[in-house]
Amino acid sequence: MTAPLISVRQMHKWYAGVHALKGVNLDVQAREVVGLVGDNGAGKSTLIKILSGVLRPDKGEIRIEGDRVEIASPKAAMRLGIETIYQDASMVPTMSIARNLFVGREPLRFAVGGIGLIDHERMRRESMKAIGDVDLHLRSPDALLAELSGGQRQGVAIARAMHFKSRVLILDEPTNHLSVKETTKVLGFVRGLPAQGVTGVLISHNLHHVFESCDRIVAMARGEIVFDKPTAETTVAEISDFL
Amino acid sequence: MRNLFRIYLEKPELAGVALLILLAILFDARSGGAFLSADNLRGMLGLLPEVGLVSIGVTILMICGEFDLSVGSMFALTPMATSLLIIADVPTFVAILLGLLIAAAIGFINGFITLTFAIPSFITTLGMLFIVRSLTVVISGGFPPLLPDELATGIFTQFVGPGGLFRASFVWFLVIALAASAMMAKSNLGNWIRATGGHLEAASAMGVPARRVKLFCFILCSMMAGFGGIIQVFRLHSPLPSIGDGLELQAVAAAVIGGTALSGGIGTVLGAIVGALLIRVIDNGLVMTQVDANWFKFAVGALTIFAVVSNTWLRRTARRMKVEA
Repeated sequence: MTAPLISVRQMHKWYAGVHALKGVNLDVQAREVVGLVGDNGAGKSTLIKILSGVLRPDKGEIRIEGDRVEIASPKAAMRLGIETIYQDASMVPTMSIARNLFVGREPLRFAVGGIGLIDHERMRRESMKAIGDVDLHLRSPDALLAELSGGQRQGVAIARAMHFKSRVLILDEPTNHLSVKETTKVLGFVRGLPAQGVTGVLISHNLHHVFESCDRIVAMARGEIVFDKPTAETTVAEISDFL
Repeated sequence: MRNLFRIYLEKPELAGVALLILLAILFDARSGGAFLSADNLRGMLGLLPEVGLVSIGVTILMICGEFDLSVGSMFALTPMATSLLIIADVPTFVAILLGLLIAAAIGFINGFITLTFAIPSFITTLGMLFIVRSLTVVISGGFPPLLPDELATGIFTQFVGPGGLFRASFVWFLVIALAASAMMAKSNLGNWIRATGGHLEAASAMGVPARRVKLFCFILCSMMAGFGGIIQVFRLHSPLPSIGDGLELQAVAAAVIGGTALSGGIGTVLGAIVGALLIRVIDNGLVMTQVDANWFKFAVGALTIFAVVSNTWLRRTARRMKVEA
């Protein structure tokens, strides 16, 4: 059997005396969608922030396809093919769709030391394609994020992750503040990730959402993983007992 | 309504431009054509680069979400250091470069302290305002040192252009303003600055090196203020330790009048220039139309409050709009 795509071993994290992660072990296989559930403060957010390079672990290791990696920054995570979508904080409202899609990774016409002129033409063109690829219909890449609905914004965030050929897509409460219709669309998209060759990790409060779209469900409580089963072998009631 | 908000976000300087044209026409009519005469324009445009450079630096820093109140003091320290070096027989060009290097160092310290200890830059740079002003007076020895008569002040002060309408400093200003404007609108760095000020957490999560972007803006702002000070001292031919007093607030006023949001993320270089020019136009126009010049600060103050109120109102309206959508 091949090594898991992501493997977390003996991960610890302390915040000013609070032991937020207590030796977490987690394997995520390629092309599987894992649902991560748990109450507030269970450690889900801490775990995924470490995977997306926002936080550094105090102890423990991360392996990608068996190779030990250090994820020192969000940029480093992106280079490893790990893209993260946060509930609603992942975009800059005062900037256009195109600028948001490419911020930090702008296509440049020429550059010195990483700083250069943006190729606006290419950026706008690729933005429209990226948006179209995730089945989102927006009239212009120049529209501002502040002008979009919550669902449309989440769509742009998803387009961003998919455009950069992510191998792992982490979605942190992506359906918060969304309408029922928009939620259905996002969950449908998550379910379709393996077909596109992408591995998914969905963090949610809502067990029904996780059941609807994940292959496997992992529950956390008080900084530890307390439950881990394929979706087909469990029920909402069983998981609820662990939370 | 939606369109109005869009215009404000994309061209926040538009209201300032309209007001500028309106005031120019008004002052010109009231002064019987003297306001827009070549002589008067020469005087006005001669002073613009000095304040304009400071405003551009402050505006870019505000767009990335930070403040610098020490620019007025940097406006004095940089040329003071440069002058003392020139008096010590350092070549003028080298002395200017060293002066700007000191400005860069102070800007770095402002940024480093603000970011490392996670305190408001308002406080860091308020402290620096006093520190730098004090340093200026101390190294000056208490009275302005005498610059050599043969100093090559012409690089900034000689009159150029059709009819000698501009000082050379205006050309410097124009080149720097165009470069800054291109950086903000066309480069990836400009995109990062806007993103950092627009939503810090999102920008960081998307891979923008927010800390380094902010440090860069602090350094740039400080150097712009220093360069503006050097131009003024070369024009006056005397490094007064008191120049630039109160300039920090005028620069913030210019930025805000030009449409820069206090919360960061919104603003343009053109807006900074329009704001600075508006302040100059009001200053000069009041004199030209024989209004008591003591109304100047009143007018600038009223305009600043009006600009912030209308900007905030626009943003609040936009937020309400979003909920309905």
